[in-house]
Amino acid sequence: MRVSLAWRGAIGRPSVLFACIVLVGLCLSACLAPFYAQGVGVDPFASNLAGSVMRDGRVVDVMQPNDNPLHLGLTPIGPSWRWGAYSLGADSQGRDVAARLLYGGRSSLLIAGASACLCLVLATGCGMVAGVFGGWIDTVLSRLLDILWAVPVYLFAISLSVVTVGHDLRFGPFHIGADSFLLPIGIIALIYVPYAARPIRARTRSLMTSGFVLAAQGLGASPVRIVLKEILPSLIDTLLVLAPLIMALCLLAESALSFLSLGVQAPAASWGSLIHDGEGLIYSRPVVAIAPGLAIVLTVLALNMLGEALQNGVRPMRTR
Amino acid sequence: MDDALLSIDALRLALPSGARLLDGVSLRLERGRILGVVGESGSGKSLTGLSVLGLQPRGRLEGKLAFEGQDLLGFGPGDWRRFRGRRAAIIFQDPMTAFLPVRRIGAQIAEQIRLHSLCSRREAETRVIALLSRMGVPAPREAARRFPHELSGGLRQRAMIAMALSCDPDLVIADEPTTALDVTVQAQILMLLREIGARRAGVMLITHDMGVVAQICTDIAVLYAGVVVESGPAEAVLRTPWHPYTRALLRAIPPMDGARPDRLPTIEGTPPAPEARPPGCVFAPRCPERRAACAFRPALRRHEDRSVACVLYP
Amino acid sequence: MRGVLSRLGQTLFVLFGISVLVFAVFFATPGSDPSARIAGRGASEETIARIRHEYGFDRGLVARYLSMMDHLFLSRDLTSYVNHGQNVVAEVFHAAPVTLSLVSWAALFWVGGALVTGMLAACFAGRWPDRLLSGLGILGLSVPVFWLGEMVNLLSQSRFHDTMLFRWVPALGYIPPGISLTGWAKCLILPALTLSIAFIGIYGRILRSDLLAAMQEDALRTARAKGAGPVRLWVFHALRLSGLSVVSLFGLDFAQLLGGGALLTEVVFALPGVGHLTYQGLSTLDLPLIMATVMYSAFFVVIANVLVDGLYRLLDPRIGSRSGTAARGGRSHG
Repeated sequence: MRVSLAWRGAIGRPSVLFACIVLVGLCLSACLAPFYAQGVGVDPFASNLAGSVMRDGRVVDVMQPNDNPLHLGLTPIGPSWRWGAYSLGADSQGRDVAARLLYGGRSSLLIAGASACLCLVLATGCGMVAGVFGGWIDTVLSRLLDILWAVPVYLFAISLSVVTVGHDLRFGPFHIGADSFLLPIGIIALIYVPYAARPIRARTRSLMTSGFVLAAQGLGASPVRIVLKEILPSLIDTLLVLAPLIMALCLLAESALSFLSLGVQAPAASWGSLIHDGEGLIYSRPVVAIAPGLAIVLTVLALNMLGEALQNGVRPMRTR
Repeated sequence: MDDALLSIDALRLALPSGARLLDGVSLRLERGRILGVVGESGSGKSLTGLSVLGLQPRGRLEGKLAFEGQDLLGFGPGDWRRFRGRRAAIIFQDPMTAFLPVRRIGAQIAEQIRLHSLCSRREAETRVIALLSRMGVPAPREAARRFPHELSGGLRQRAMIAMALSCDPDLVIADEPTTALDVTVQAQILMLLREIGARRAGVMLITHDMGVVAQICTDIAVLYAGVVVESGPAEAVLRTPWHPYTRALLRAIPPMDGARPDRLPTIEGTPPAPEARPPGCVFAPRCPERRAACAFRPALRRHEDRSVACVLYP
Repeated sequence: MRGVLSRLGQTLFVLFGISVLVFAVFFATPGSDPSARIAGRGASEETIARIRHEYGFDRGLVARYLSMMDHLFLSRDLTSYVNHGQNVVAEVFHAAPVTLSLVSWAALFWVGGALVTGMLAACFAGRWPDRLLSGLGILGLSVPVFWLGEMVNLLSQSRFHDTMLFRWVPALGYIPPGISLTGWAKCLILPALTLSIAFIGIYGRILRSDLLAAMQEDALRTARAKGAGPVRLWVFHALRLSGLSVVSLFGLDFAQLLGGGALLTEVVFALPGVGHLTYQGLSTLDLPLIMATVMYSAFFVVIANVLVDGLYRLLDPRIGSRSGTAARGGRSHG
């Protein structure tokens, strides 16, 4: 088995170490979300406006009366910064912010990872077909991708979501529920296909004129065999570099869609929808919006650093 | 004490890794003479030329590098700036890449003039046009307004020479100025270089073409693996080469007249890489006259007006 | 001339493709009835039937497409059914100046910021200022813009509003330059900065690597041999050479933002621009409005593409003599 050039060049850099630790930690914490929720005894999805919680040995209401002169409205309890229920305080529905953060990470990472994979599969398909066949197929595919690319990515994602998300969709025998993650995954994957397909197409085209592919053609290898045996293995480096960068973009897109209530649908939560929930409390309980935002920044930062390290591994240049 | 225009003595260019790209280059160039620096590719001849302007891409220079008695190795950035283009100028091998592709030829030449003398845009422009027409560029006013890619190779090289001469430098370094050109254009460019040599400036012509040296050079220095192995007046060296490398190099040129040989004699082996240079004479591994004494590096010794670094000439 | 014609043909093809795509997304997605969605939630049966007839949904797809294009571009009377029949096209044009102001300010910041960071990083390549700037650049493009906007609001509107630093910040919203020029600038500075952070990161990094690549060019060695100083070398030679790829990228990003890409920023800072209009359409499921904004933004991008191509030819005289320089580079960010 051939060790990827990109990976070999990236191993051992401090930034890669940091990125890997962050990503593994985030995945672990997402997996352990139910244990936390059960361990401290909160339900992250049910509103708990009348609930109470132990704080400093006293039982306190989750929703506290406002400290404005008229005591109008309720403010959720703030963070205790200690292990236990409501360690990061409550949101406007009296739900535990920390538990929702962990569950939100699950959705965000799942959607971002799945859509990045789907996007790369689609892009590899498009890029390779365009690159291998060339000619009018290449022209048509490139123009189609140009069209997709001309629409601002977020606007494109938003319009697709408006039309589909929140409705039950039937494609023949397939039925996609309104709250399924499949729709955001598909939409986010689709909008970044042109972005990923372009380098893959370029790489395929240059591979097609390289010596070993010409040699294989000379030996009478079929196009399918050339694609499977020669092109695809040589594309691994390109894909490996693209994967974390695409996933970072997908995570940002997912959070933006969920922020606009167009991504995951309630009761499910993702980091983006958590920020949306925290928007109304931004001045009184900013931690509700700050915490998921920091989680996004950390994840995307780790992915970008990983992607950059892999890229530098592929072409070790002075310009690094 | 040293009245030479350029005098280089035991110049070394060492990389941080310890490899020496130049390992003992010694040259002298007087005003009004044309020194041909010859050698195979990778022998360090271009690096020598760049080093004179402090333009070596990496590494540190050691030894002696003096211009009219001024020590160039002690130059600071400001000294170099005033030196380059004004006192010494260089003509690069490929005028296509050497010009900035996105600016007009005239503007690029004018830039050098205005860098080194206080003159208005208009004055610089007139000087550019005068220079171009002196270099034999037809319709110089129009040529100045063209972009590099719009000119032919020969005209581009003429413009390059015009730029090099724009500030009347004392030393012109020509780094394989004719390699990228057609044969007919080559001859015209060489004529131009000869004219420069006649104008009291010194010309250092870097080439791998012995024919070019024989045509226009007054002096010659032969480089092999970063070391000058032989130097002297061109006529003498070409007629009776002393160093075995020079001899082998001259034998490898097809004769102009008489019967053509079936095979040209070649030099066995390849030049050593900078990091694998032999401790003794650099040419010893390929030398047909190798002997025990070659295990020590022979110094470049003077014999009247010629110098050679070989144990055969103690 | 042939190059220009083929370029024009490609542009027209892309424009046509976009209109088909947007139409298909909104009115040919398998699922529910488009006329019910245009009418909005809880519209009466008569309204739905009227819309179905007016938009020609009872006709074939081609006829529907043609009538939609007519509503959008020729008669320009596409109306929103949520907001009491308001003319959508007029609304888009009304919101455009706000977006233009915001994006222009942001472009100012991001070009300036990218020039400074890219130049500094390239000059100090490999040393600590370079590492610091590259780290900050990655951080910048890792921050979701809407969250950053909320954080800026938190600091400037609430927590530190009374300190010297943020006392000048006006309340959220837009002040037209016709009313108060300083108010216009004040209300846009923070949103524009927020919007530009990610772009500074991207452009700074691209500029840095382009500059370093340019410094390796023979032409730069020539400049040094001329006796050019470091400022002249970096600014007039390296930057002039490497600015080219950034210019084409800039055109596309600018156009996409102008066409509604700045939606999140406009929403967070309550600026009534094209993006905000789209957002309003979202909350009421006002499909004609959303379709109009998406369509107009895509057209902006295509037109900007053509303009950038022209500018590119101007900046790089080599392009004109060669043909077929369609797709240079790719956009690196949403």
